[in-house]
Amino acid sequence: MADKVLMKGNEAIAEAAILAGCRHYFGYPITPQTEVAAYMAKRMPKIGGTFLQAESEIAAINMVYGVASTGKRVMTSSSSPGISLKGEGLSYLAGADLPALVVNVQRGGPGLGGIQPSQSDYFQATKGGAHGDFHMIVLAPDSVQEMAELTVRGFELADQYRMTAMILADGTMGQMMEPVSLDFKFRDPVEKPWAVTGTGMKREHNIINSLYLKPDLLEKTNFDRFERYKVIEENEVLYEEYKMEDAEICVAAFGIAARVAKNAIDQAREQGVKVGLIRPITLWPFPTKAFAAAAEKVGHFLSVELSMGQMIEDVRLAVNGKAPVSLCNRTGGMIPLPEQVLDAILSIHNGGAK
Amino acid sequence: MATTQYLFAGFGGQGILFSGKLLAYKGLIDGMNVSWLPSYGPEMRGGTASCGVVISDKEVASPIVVTPDVLIAMNLPSLDRYESAVRPGGMIFVDSTLVERKVERTDVQVFYVPATKIASDHNIPKMANIILMGKVLAETNGFENEQAVVDALKKVVSAKHADMLDVNLNAMKIGRDYQEG
Repeated sequence: MADKVLMKGNEAIAEAAILAGCRHYFGYPITPQTEVAAYMAKRMPKIGGTFLQAESEIAAINMVYGVASTGKRVMTSSSSPGISLKGEGLSYLAGADLPALVVNVQRGGPGLGGIQPSQSDYFQATKGGAHGDFHMIVLAPDSVQEMAELTVRGFELADQYRMTAMILADGTMGQMMEPVSLDFKFRDPVEKPWAVTGTGMKREHNIINSLYLKPDLLEKTNFDRFERYKVIEENEVLYEEYKMEDAEICVAAFGIAARVAKNAIDQAREQGVKVGLIRPITLWPFPTKAFAAAAEKVGHFLSVELSMGQMIEDVRLAVNGKAPVSLCNRTGGMIPLPEQVLDAILSIHNGGAK
Repeated sequence: MATTQYLFAGFGGQGILFSGKLLAYKGLIDGMNVSWLPSYGPEMRGGTASCGVVISDKEVASPIVVTPDVLIAMNLPSLDRYESAVRPGGMIFVDSTLVERKVERTDVQVFYVPATKIASDHNIPKMANIILMGKVLAETNGFENEQAVVDALKKVVSAKHADMLDVNLNAMKIGRDYQEG
Protein backbone atom coordinates (compact mmCIF):
# COMPACT_ATOMS: atom_id res chain seq x y z
CA MET A 1 0.00 0.00 0.00
CA ALA A 2 3.04 2.22 0.06
CA ASP A 3 2.08 3.76 -3.27
CA LYS A 4 -1.31 4.89 -1.99
CA VAL A 5 -2.05 8.37 -0.69
CA LEU A 6 -5.05 9.70 1.18
CA MET A 7 -7.02 12.11 -0.96
CA LYS A 8 -10.43 13.68 -0.92
CA GLY A 9 -12.67 12.49 -3.73
CA ASN A 10 -12.79 15.97 -5.22
CA GLU A 11 -8.99 16.20 -5.23
CA ALA A 12 -8.69 12.73 -6.74
CA ILE A 13 -10.89 13.82 -9.64
CA ALA A 14 -8.74 16.88 -10.23
CA GLU A 15 -5.41 15.04 -10.08
CA ALA A 16 -6.71 12.20 -12.26
CA ALA A 17 -7.90 14.74 -14.83
CA ILE A 18 -4.45 16.31 -14.94
CA LEU A 19 -2.83 12.89 -15.31
CA ALA A 20 -5.28 12.18 -18.16
CA GLY A 21 -3.89 15.20 -19.98
CA CYS A 22 -6.59 17.73 -19.16
CA ARG A 23 -4.99 21.17 -19.16
CA HIS A 24 -8.14 23.30 -19.28
CA TYR A 25 -10.53 23.69 -16.37
CA PHE A 26 -13.38 26.20 -16.17
CA GLY A 27 -15.65 26.41 -13.17
CA TYR A 28 -17.53 28.41 -10.62
CA PRO A 29 -17.40 27.59 -6.88
CA ILE A 30 -20.21 25.68 -5.20
CA THR A 31 -20.29 23.36 -2.18
CA PRO A 32 -19.63 20.41 -2.04
CA GLN A 33 -17.34 20.31 -5.11
CA THR A 34 -15.20 23.37 -4.50
CA GLU A 35 -12.03 21.34 -3.85
CA VAL A 36 -11.97 20.33 -7.52
CA ALA A 37 -11.62 23.97 -8.52
CA ALA A 38 -9.26 24.76 -5.63
CA TYR A 39 -6.95 21.91 -6.64
CA MET A 40 -6.99 23.00 -10.27
CA ALA A 41 -6.28 26.60 -9.28
CA LYS A 42 -3.17 25.43 -7.47
CA ARG A 43 -1.89 22.92 -10.03
CA MET A 44 -2.80 24.22 -13.49
CA PRO A 45 -0.54 27.29 -13.49
CA LYS A 46 2.43 25.09 -12.53
CA ILE A 47 2.00 22.73 -15.48
CA GLY A 48 1.20 25.24 -18.17
CA GLY A 49 -2.53 24.62 -18.00
CA THR A 50 -5.49 26.95 -17.75
CA PHE A 51 -7.55 27.36 -14.63
CA LEU A 52 -10.28 29.92 -15.01
CA GLN A 53 -12.95 30.85 -12.52
CA ALA A 54 -15.66 32.02 -14.85
CA GLU A 55 -18.25 34.69 -14.07
CA SER A 56 -20.95 32.02 -13.96
CA GLU A 57 -21.63 28.34 -14.60
CA ILE A 58 -23.09 29.24 -17.98
CA ALA A 59 -19.89 30.98 -18.99
CA ALA A 60 -17.81 28.05 -17.76
CA ILE A 61 -19.67 25.41 -19.80
CA ASN A 62 -19.39 27.56 -22.93
CA MET A 63 -15.65 27.90 -22.37
CA VAL A 64 -15.63 24.11 -22.22
CA TYR A 65 -17.42 24.10 -25.60
CA GLY A 66 -14.72 26.33 -26.99
CA VAL A 67 -11.77 24.22 -25.88
CA ALA A 68 -13.56 20.97 -26.79
CA SER A 69 -13.91 22.32 -30.34
CA THR A 70 -10.13 22.37 -30.63
CA GLY A 71 -9.91 18.71 -29.60
CA LYS A 72 -8.16 19.35 -26.28
CA ARG A 73 -9.26 17.57 -23.12
CA VAL A 74 -11.35 19.94 -21.04
CA MET A 75 -13.58 19.78 -18.01
CA THR A 76 -15.84 21.64 -15.65
CA SER A 77 -17.31 20.68 -12.31
CA SER A 78 -20.20 21.86 -10.21
CA SER A 79 -22.95 20.73 -7.90
CA SER A 80 -26.64 20.29 -8.58
CA PRO A 81 -27.97 23.86 -9.01
CA GLY A 82 -24.83 24.74 -10.96
CA ILE A 83 -25.32 21.75 -13.27
CA SER A 84 -28.84 22.98 -14.06
CA LEU A 85 -27.30 26.27 -15.17
CA LYS A 86 -24.94 24.34 -17.44
CA GLY A 87 -27.86 22.52 -19.04
CA GLU A 88 -27.98 24.62 -22.18
CA GLY A 89 -24.27 24.07 -22.75
CA LEU A 90 -24.62 20.32 -22.25
CA SER A 91 -27.24 20.22 -25.00
CA TYR A 92 -25.02 22.28 -27.34
CA LEU A 93 -22.05 19.99 -26.65
CA ALA A 94 -24.24 17.03 -27.60
CA GLY A 95 -25.57 18.79 -30.71
CA ALA A 96 -22.04 19.58 -31.85
CA ASP A 97 -20.72 16.10 -30.94
CA LEU A 98 -17.99 17.48 -28.69
CA PRO A 99 -16.15 15.44 -26.04
CA ALA A 100 -15.96 16.91 -22.55
CA LEU A 101 -15.95 15.84 -18.93
CA VAL A 102 -18.50 17.33 -16.54
CA VAL A 103 -18.50 16.53 -12.83
CA ASN A 104 -21.63 16.79 -10.67
CA VAL A 105 -20.99 16.39 -6.94
CA GLN A 106 -24.66 16.28 -6.04
CA ARG A 107 -26.38 18.05 -3.16
CA GLY A 108 -30.00 18.05 -2.03
CA GLY A 109 -32.64 19.79 -4.15
CA PRO A 110 -34.78 21.00 -5.84
CA GLY A 111 -34.04 24.71 -6.08
CA LEU A 112 -31.09 26.00 -4.13
CA GLY A 113 -31.75 23.03 -1.85
CA GLY A 114 -29.07 22.23 0.70
CA ILE A 115 -25.41 21.29 0.65
CA GLN A 116 -25.56 17.75 2.03
CA PRO A 117 -25.21 14.65 -0.20
CA SER A 118 -27.92 13.59 -2.62
CA GLN A 119 -28.56 11.45 -5.69
CA SER A 120 -31.61 13.34 -6.85
CA ASP A 121 -30.05 14.48 -10.15
CA TYR A 122 -30.27 10.93 -11.53
CA PHE A 123 -33.09 11.78 -13.94
CA GLN A 124 -31.31 14.94 -15.08
CA ALA A 125 -28.04 13.09 -15.70
CA THR A 126 -29.33 9.91 -17.32
CA LYS A 127 -32.26 11.18 -19.34
CA GLY A 128 -30.35 13.89 -21.17
CA GLY A 129 -30.16 16.83 -18.80
CA ALA A 130 -31.43 19.46 -21.20
CA HIS A 131 -33.45 19.94 -24.39
CA GLY A 132 -33.21 17.70 -27.41
CA ASP A 133 -32.59 14.02 -28.10
CA PHE A 134 -29.30 13.18 -26.44
CA HIS A 135 -27.48 11.23 -23.76
CA MET A 136 -24.38 11.68 -21.71
CA ILE A 137 -22.24 8.79 -20.52
CA VAL A 138 -22.89 8.85 -16.77
CA LEU A 139 -20.33 7.34 -14.40
CA ALA A 140 -21.15 6.81 -10.73
CA PRO A 141 -18.12 6.24 -8.47
CA ASP A 142 -18.54 4.66 -5.03
CA SER A 143 -15.01 5.26 -3.72
CA VAL A 144 -12.23 7.80 -3.99
CA GLN A 145 -10.33 5.28 -6.12
CA GLU A 146 -13.22 5.18 -8.57
CA MET A 147 -13.52 8.97 -8.51
CA ALA A 148 -10.01 8.96 -9.96
CA GLU A 149 -10.35 5.97 -12.29
CA LEU A 150 -13.70 7.00 -13.74
CA THR A 151 -12.37 10.48 -14.41
CA VAL A 152 -9.72 8.95 -16.66
CA ARG A 153 -12.27 6.59 -18.20
CA GLY A 154 -14.65 9.50 -18.70
CA PHE A 155 -12.15 11.47 -20.77
CA GLU A 156 -11.37 8.38 -22.84
CA LEU A 157 -15.02 7.51 -23.50
CA ALA A 158 -15.83 11.14 -24.28
CA ASP A 159 -13.08 11.24 -26.89
CA GLN A 160 -13.96 7.86 -28.36
CA TYR A 161 -17.66 8.62 -28.80
CA ARG A 162 -17.47 12.42 -29.20
CA MET A 163 -19.85 13.22 -26.36
CA THR A 164 -20.00 14.44 -22.80
CA ALA A 165 -19.12 12.07 -19.99
CA MET A 166 -20.48 13.03 -16.60
CA ILE A 167 -19.14 11.93 -13.22
CA LEU A 168 -22.25 11.72 -11.03
CA ALA A 169 -20.93 11.79 -7.48
CA ASP A 170 -22.36 13.21 -4.27
CA GLY A 171 -21.21 15.22 -1.27
CA THR A 172 -19.81 12.24 0.64
CA MET A 173 -17.79 11.04 -2.35
CA GLY A 174 -16.41 14.53 -2.85
CA GLN A 175 -15.52 15.20 0.78
CA MET A 176 -14.40 11.73 1.85
CA MET A 177 -10.73 10.75 2.01
CA GLU A 178 -9.62 7.24 1.15
CA PRO A 179 -6.37 5.70 -0.03
CA VAL A 180 -5.99 6.12 -3.75
CA SER A 181 -3.49 4.84 -6.27
CA LEU A 182 -2.97 7.12 -9.24
CA ASP A 183 -1.25 4.48 -11.33
CA PHE A 184 -3.57 4.33 -14.34
CA LYS A 185 -3.52 2.34 -17.55
CA PHE A 186 -4.32 4.86 -20.26
CA ARG A 187 -5.92 3.98 -23.57
CA ASP A 188 -4.24 5.23 -26.72
CA PRO A 189 -5.38 8.74 -27.63
CA VAL A 190 -8.07 9.04 -30.27
CA GLU A 191 -7.47 10.98 -33.51
CA LYS A 192 -9.67 14.09 -33.78
CA PRO A 193 -9.73 15.05 -37.46
CA TRP A 194 -12.89 17.09 -36.83
CA ALA A 195 -11.19 19.55 -34.45
CA VAL A 196 -10.85 23.21 -35.37
CA THR A 197 -7.10 23.63 -35.19
CA GLY A 198 -6.34 25.70 -38.28
CA THR A 199 -6.36 24.27 -41.79
CA GLY A 200 -2.75 25.15 -42.57
CA MET A 201 -4.23 25.74 -46.05
CA LYS A 202 -4.09 21.96 -46.45
CA ARG A 203 -7.65 20.87 -45.80
CA GLU A 204 -11.25 22.10 -45.84
CA HIS A 205 -12.52 24.08 -42.88
CA ASN A 206 -13.90 22.07 -40.00
CA ILE A 207 -17.15 23.48 -38.68
CA ILE A 208 -18.41 22.94 -35.12
CA ASN A 209 -22.10 23.74 -34.95
CA SER A 210 -25.38 22.46 -33.55
CA LEU A 211 -27.74 24.45 -35.83
CA TYR A 212 -29.57 22.46 -38.51
CA LEU A 213 -32.49 24.38 -40.00
CA LYS A 214 -33.40 21.58 -42.42
CA PRO A 215 -35.40 19.06 -40.38
CA ASP A 216 -34.42 16.08 -42.54
CA LEU A 217 -30.76 16.87 -41.95
CA LEU A 218 -31.33 17.37 -38.21
CA GLU A 219 -33.21 14.09 -38.08
CA LYS A 220 -30.26 12.35 -39.73
CA THR A 221 -27.79 13.74 -37.19
CA ASN A 222 -30.03 12.41 -34.42
CA PHE A 223 -30.39 9.01 -36.08
CA ASP A 224 -26.61 8.81 -36.56
CA ARG A 225 -25.95 9.88 -32.98
CA PHE A 226 -28.30 7.22 -31.64
CA GLU A 227 -26.53 4.57 -33.72
CA ARG A 228 -23.42 5.55 -31.78
CA TYR A 229 -25.39 5.34 -28.52
CA LYS A 230 -26.34 1.75 -29.42
CA VAL A 231 -22.65 0.84 -29.65
CA ILE A 232 -22.08 2.39 -26.23
CA GLU A 233 -25.02 0.51 -24.73
CA GLU A 234 -23.55 -2.69 -26.15
CA ASN A 235 -19.91 -2.17 -25.13
CA GLU A 236 -19.50 0.26 -22.29
CA VAL A 237 -21.80 -0.94 -19.50
CA LEU A 238 -20.04 -1.20 -16.13
CA TYR A 239 -21.45 -2.65 -12.93
CA GLU A 240 -20.39 -4.57 -9.84
CA GLU A 241 -22.15 -7.63 -8.44
CA TYR A 242 -21.80 -8.29 -4.70
CA LYS A 243 -22.88 -11.60 -3.16
CA MET A 244 -25.33 -12.22 -6.02
CA GLU A 245 -24.37 -15.90 -6.58
CA ASP A 246 -27.20 -17.33 -4.46
CA ALA A 247 -29.20 -14.14 -3.84
CA GLU A 248 -32.98 -14.27 -3.48
CA ILE A 249 -33.24 -10.54 -2.90
CA CYS A 250 -31.30 -8.06 -5.06
CA VAL A 251 -30.46 -4.58 -3.85
CA ALA A 252 -29.86 -1.95 -6.55
CA ALA A 253 -27.76 1.00 -5.45
CA PHE A 254 -24.97 3.24 -6.74
CA GLY A 255 -22.43 5.57 -5.15
CA ILE A 256 -22.68 6.13 -1.41
CA ALA A 257 -25.99 4.25 -1.27
CA ALA A 258 -24.19 1.11 -2.44
CA ARG A 259 -21.59 1.48 0.32
CA VAL A 260 -24.34 1.71 2.94
CA ALA A 261 -26.20 -1.18 1.32
CA LYS A 262 -23.12 -3.42 1.57
CA ASN A 263 -23.16 -3.01 5.36
CA ALA A 264 -26.85 -3.94 5.44
CA ILE A 265 -26.30 -6.91 3.12
CA ASP A 266 -23.50 -8.26 5.32
CA GLN A 267 -25.73 -7.93 8.39
CA ALA A 268 -28.67 -9.61 6.64
CA ARG A 269 -26.40 -12.46 5.50
CA GLU A 270 -25.37 -13.01 9.14
CA GLN A 271 -29.07 -13.60 9.79
CA GLY A 272 -29.24 -16.10 6.97
CA VAL A 273 -30.97 -13.88 4.42
CA LYS A 274 -29.70 -14.45 0.90
CA VAL A 275 -29.32 -10.94 -0.45
CA GLY A 276 -26.91 -9.40 -2.93
CA LEU A 277 -26.23 -6.15 -4.71
CA ILE A 278 -26.01 -4.97 -8.29
CA ARG A 279 -24.20 -1.66 -8.32
CA PRO A 280 -24.43 0.22 -11.61
CA ILE A 281 -21.15 2.02 -12.31
CA THR A 282 -22.44 3.40 -15.59
CA LEU A 283 -25.90 4.87 -14.99
CA TRP A 284 -26.13 5.54 -18.70
CA PRO A 285 -25.77 3.10 -20.30
CA PHE A 286 -27.71 1.34 -17.56
CA PRO A 287 -26.82 -2.31 -16.80
CA THR A 288 -30.21 -3.45 -18.05
CA LYS A 289 -29.02 -6.94 -19.00
CA ALA A 290 -27.55 -7.57 -15.55
CA PHE A 291 -30.86 -6.74 -13.89
CA ALA A 292 -32.85 -8.69 -16.47
CA ALA A 293 -30.65 -11.74 -15.83
CA ALA A 294 -31.03 -11.34 -12.07
CA ALA A 295 -34.81 -11.12 -12.48
CA GLU A 296 -34.74 -14.74 -13.69
CA LYS A 297 -33.45 -15.87 -10.27
CA VAL A 298 -34.32 -13.22 -7.74
CA GLY A 299 -37.73 -12.86 -6.08
CA HIS A 300 -37.61 -9.20 -5.13
CA PHE A 301 -35.58 -6.07 -5.92
CA LEU A 302 -34.88 -3.19 -3.55
CA SER A 303 -33.66 0.14 -4.94
CA VAL A 304 -31.72 2.13 -2.31
CA GLU A 305 -31.41 5.79 -3.23
CA LEU A 306 -30.73 9.26 -1.87
CA SER A 307 -33.75 10.59 -3.75
CA MET A 308 -37.49 10.10 -3.94
CA GLY A 309 -36.83 7.11 -6.17
CA GLN A 310 -35.36 7.82 -9.61
CA MET A 311 -33.11 4.91 -10.58
CA ILE A 312 -35.95 2.61 -9.49
CA GLU A 313 -37.66 3.40 -12.81
CA ASP A 314 -34.71 1.97 -14.77
CA VAL A 315 -34.59 -1.05 -12.49
CA ARG A 316 -38.31 -1.65 -13.13
CA LEU A 317 -37.84 -1.32 -16.89
CA ALA A 318 -34.99 -3.84 -16.77
CA VAL A 319 -36.84 -6.27 -14.49
CA ASN A 320 -39.84 -5.90 -16.78
CA GLY A 321 -42.49 -7.07 -14.35
CA LYS A 322 -40.78 -10.34 -13.45
CA ALA A 323 -40.38 -9.36 -9.79
CA PRO A 324 -41.55 -6.57 -7.50
CA VAL A 325 -39.20 -3.60 -7.08
CA SER A 326 -39.37 -1.72 -3.77
CA LEU A 327 -37.76 1.53 -2.66
CA CYS A 328 -35.67 2.34 0.41
CA ASN A 329 -34.72 5.98 0.44
CA ARG A 330 -33.83 9.22 2.19
CA THR A 331 -33.61 12.53 0.42
CA GLY A 332 -32.88 16.24 0.81
CA GLY A 333 -29.34 15.60 2.05
CA MET A 334 -30.15 12.71 4.39
CA ILE A 335 -28.51 9.30 3.95
CA PRO A 336 -30.21 5.97 4.71
CA LEU A 337 -28.61 4.18 7.67
CA PRO A 338 -27.54 0.56 7.22
CA GLU A 339 -30.27 -0.31 9.77
CA GLN A 340 -32.95 1.24 7.55
CA VAL A 341 -31.75 -0.77 4.57
CA LEU A 342 -31.50 -3.90 6.72
CA ASP A 343 -35.08 -3.40 7.91
CA ALA A 344 -36.26 -3.06 4.32
CA ILE A 345 -34.42 -6.26 3.35
CA LEU A 346 -35.81 -8.17 6.33
CA SER A 347 -39.32 -6.97 5.68
CA ILE A 348 -39.09 -8.24 2.10
CA HIS A 349 -37.64 -11.51 3.37
CA ASN A 350 -40.36 -11.96 5.99
CA GLY A 351 -43.01 -11.02 3.46
CA GLY A 352 -41.94 -14.13 1.57
CA ALA A 353 -39.56 -13.41 -1.28
CA LYS A 354 -39.59 -16.20 -3.88
CA MET B 1 -9.73 -6.34 15.06
CA ALA B 2 -12.03 -6.48 12.11
CA THR B 3 -13.52 -3.01 11.75
CA THR B 4 -13.14 -0.09 14.16
CA GLN B 5 -15.14 3.09 13.77
CA TYR B 6 -13.88 6.33 15.31
CA LEU B 7 -15.79 9.57 15.69
CA PHE B 8 -13.90 12.80 16.42
CA ALA B 9 -16.00 15.79 17.43
CA GLY B 10 -15.40 19.27 18.83
CA PHE B 11 -15.24 22.94 17.90
CA GLY B 12 -13.93 24.08 14.53
CA GLY B 13 -10.28 25.03 15.03
CA GLN B 14 -9.47 22.33 17.61
CA GLY B 15 -7.85 20.14 14.99
CA ILE B 16 -10.65 17.59 14.87
CA LEU B 17 -10.23 16.87 11.18
CA PHE B 18 -6.44 16.79 11.58
CA SER B 19 -6.68 14.15 14.34
CA GLY B 20 -8.91 12.02 12.17
CA LYS B 21 -6.58 12.35 9.22
CA LEU B 22 -3.63 11.35 11.39
CA LEU B 23 -5.43 8.21 12.51
CA ALA B 24 -6.46 7.38 8.95
CA TYR B 25 -2.86 7.68 7.76
CA LYS B 26 -1.70 5.51 10.63
CA GLY B 27 -4.21 2.88 9.53
CA LEU B 28 -3.05 3.13 5.93
CA ILE B 29 0.60 2.71 6.98
CA ASP B 30 -0.42 -0.29 9.11
CA GLY B 31 -1.74 -1.86 5.89
CA MET B 32 -5.42 -1.47 6.75
CA ASN B 33 -8.34 -0.20 4.68
CA VAL B 34 -9.42 3.24 5.83
CA SER B 35 -11.94 5.99 5.16
CA TRP B 36 -12.21 9.53 6.55
CA LEU B 37 -15.42 11.49 6.20
CA PRO B 38 -15.77 15.02 7.61
CA SER B 39 -18.81 17.07 8.37
CA TYR B 40 -18.78 19.90 5.87
CA GLY B 41 -20.48 23.20 5.31
CA PRO B 42 -21.10 26.32 7.36
CA GLU B 43 -21.08 24.51 10.72
CA MET B 44 -17.30 24.14 10.36
CA ARG B 45 -16.73 27.87 10.52
CA GLY B 46 -16.57 28.39 14.27
CA GLY B 47 -19.27 25.85 14.98
CA THR B 48 -18.97 22.14 15.52
CA ALA B 49 -16.65 19.95 13.50
CA SER B 50 -16.65 16.19 13.31
CA CYS B 51 -15.18 13.43 11.25
CA GLY B 52 -15.67 9.70 11.12
CA VAL B 53 -12.76 7.35 10.51
CA VAL B 54 -13.23 3.68 9.68
CA ILE B 55 -10.25 1.32 9.92
CA SER B 56 -10.77 -2.25 8.78
CA ASP B 57 -8.93 -5.34 7.66
CA LYS B 58 -11.73 -5.77 5.10
CA GLU B 59 -12.96 -3.40 2.42
CA VAL B 60 -14.63 -0.42 4.15
CA ALA B 61 -18.32 -0.55 3.23
CA SER B 62 -20.11 2.54 4.53
CA PRO B 63 -17.75 5.38 5.53
CA ILE B 64 -20.52 6.95 7.59
CA VAL B 65 -19.89 6.41 11.30
CA VAL B 66 -23.22 5.97 13.06
CA THR B 67 -22.32 3.83 16.09
CA PRO B 68 -18.67 4.59 16.87
CA ASP B 69 -16.51 2.11 18.73
CA VAL B 70 -14.41 5.04 19.87
CA LEU B 71 -15.69 8.58 20.48
CA ILE B 72 -13.26 11.46 20.96
CA ALA B 73 -15.26 14.38 22.37
CA MET B 74 -13.41 17.67 22.64
CA ASN B 75 -16.35 19.80 23.81
CA LEU B 76 -19.59 19.46 25.71
CA PRO B 77 -22.00 19.69 22.74
CA SER B 78 -20.14 16.78 21.12
CA LEU B 79 -20.44 14.60 24.19
CA ASP B 80 -24.11 15.54 24.58
CA ARG B 81 -24.77 14.69 20.96
CA TYR B 82 -22.82 11.48 20.51
CA GLU B 83 -22.57 9.82 23.94
CA SER B 84 -25.65 7.68 23.37
CA ALA B 85 -24.43 6.60 19.91
CA VAL B 86 -21.31 4.78 21.12
CA ARG B 87 -21.39 1.02 20.78
CA PRO B 88 -21.82 -0.77 24.13
CA GLY B 89 -18.35 -1.86 25.23
CA GLY B 90 -16.83 1.01 23.27
CA MET B 91 -14.57 3.83 24.44
CA ILE B 92 -15.12 7.53 25.06
CA PHE B 93 -12.20 9.97 25.32
CA VAL B 94 -13.06 13.35 26.78
CA ASP B 95 -11.06 16.56 26.93
CA SER B 96 -11.96 17.12 30.58
CA THR B 97 -10.69 20.70 30.60
CA LEU B 98 -13.55 21.67 28.30
CA VAL B 99 -16.15 19.08 29.27
CA GLU B 100 -17.05 19.53 32.91
CA ARG B 101 -19.63 16.77 33.23
CA LYS B 102 -18.96 13.05 33.52
CA VAL B 103 -20.04 10.46 30.98
CA GLU B 104 -23.36 8.94 32.05
CA ARG B 105 -23.01 5.66 30.20
CA THR B 106 -21.82 2.75 32.35
CA ASP B 107 -21.37 0.25 29.53
CA VAL B 108 -18.38 1.98 27.94
CA GLN B 109 -14.77 2.65 28.95
CA VAL B 110 -14.19 6.33 29.66
CA PHE B 111 -10.91 8.26 29.66
CA TYR B 112 -10.80 11.80 30.99
CA VAL B 113 -7.76 13.73 29.77
CA PRO B 114 -7.47 17.45 30.59
CA ALA B 115 -5.80 17.88 27.23
CA THR B 116 -6.35 21.61 26.86
CA LYS B 117 -4.89 22.29 30.33
CA ILE B 118 -1.92 19.98 29.72
CA ALA B 119 -1.24 21.77 26.44
CA SER B 120 -1.29 25.12 28.14
CA ASP B 121 0.89 23.87 31.07
CA HIS B 122 3.49 22.67 28.58
CA ASN B 123 3.21 25.90 26.62
CA ILE B 124 2.12 24.04 23.49
CA PRO B 125 -1.29 25.62 22.86
CA LYS B 126 -3.29 24.12 19.98
CA MET B 127 -1.79 20.70 20.72
CA ALA B 128 -4.70 19.47 22.88
CA ASN B 129 -5.99 17.33 20.00
CA ILE B 130 -2.61 15.61 19.61
CA ILE B 131 -2.26 15.07 23.37
CA LEU B 132 -5.68 13.43 23.40
CA MET B 133 -4.71 11.44 20.31
CA GLY B 134 -1.68 10.12 22.18
CA LYS B 135 -4.00 8.76 24.86
CA VAL B 136 -6.36 7.28 22.24
CA LEU B 137 -3.48 5.46 20.53
CA ALA B 138 -2.07 4.30 23.89
CA GLU B 139 -5.41 2.74 24.88
CA THR B 140 -6.07 1.14 21.48
CA ASN B 141 -2.64 -0.50 21.08
CA GLY B 142 -1.76 2.20 18.59
CA PHE B 143 1.83 2.43 19.78
CA GLU B 144 2.60 -1.22 19.03
CA ASN B 145 3.88 0.13 15.74
CA GLU B 146 5.41 3.38 16.98
CA GLN B 147 7.18 4.04 13.69
CA ALA B 148 3.77 4.13 11.99
CA VAL B 149 2.71 6.91 14.37
CA VAL B 150 5.80 8.94 13.43
CA ASP B 151 5.32 8.24 9.73
CA ALA B 152 1.63 9.18 9.90
CA LEU B 153 2.52 12.48 11.57
CA LYS B 154 5.03 13.17 8.82
CA LYS B 155 2.23 12.67 6.29
CA VAL B 156 -0.24 15.04 7.91
CA VAL B 157 2.09 17.81 9.15
CA SER B 158 2.45 19.82 5.96
CA ALA B 159 5.90 20.58 4.57
CA LYS B 160 5.27 24.24 5.34
CA HIS B 161 5.07 23.41 9.04
CA ALA B 162 7.76 20.73 9.14
CA ASP B 163 9.26 22.48 12.16
CA MET B 164 6.09 21.48 14.05
CA LEU B 165 6.80 17.76 13.70
CA ASP B 166 8.79 17.49 16.94
CA VAL B 167 6.19 19.55 18.79
CA ASN B 168 3.51 17.14 17.60
CA LEU B 169 5.58 14.09 18.53
CA ASN B 170 6.26 15.50 21.96
CA ALA B 171 2.55 16.28 22.50
CA MET B 172 1.68 12.76 21.40
CA LYS B 173 4.05 11.28 23.99
CA ILE B 174 2.69 13.52 26.75
CA GLY B 175 -0.77 12.19 25.97
CA ARG B 176 0.46 8.62 25.75
CA ASP B 177 2.06 8.81 29.20
CA TYR B 178 -0.80 10.66 30.92
CA GLN B 179 -2.42 8.76 33.77
CA GLU B 180 -5.55 9.93 35.53
CA GLY B 181 -4.54 10.70 39.11
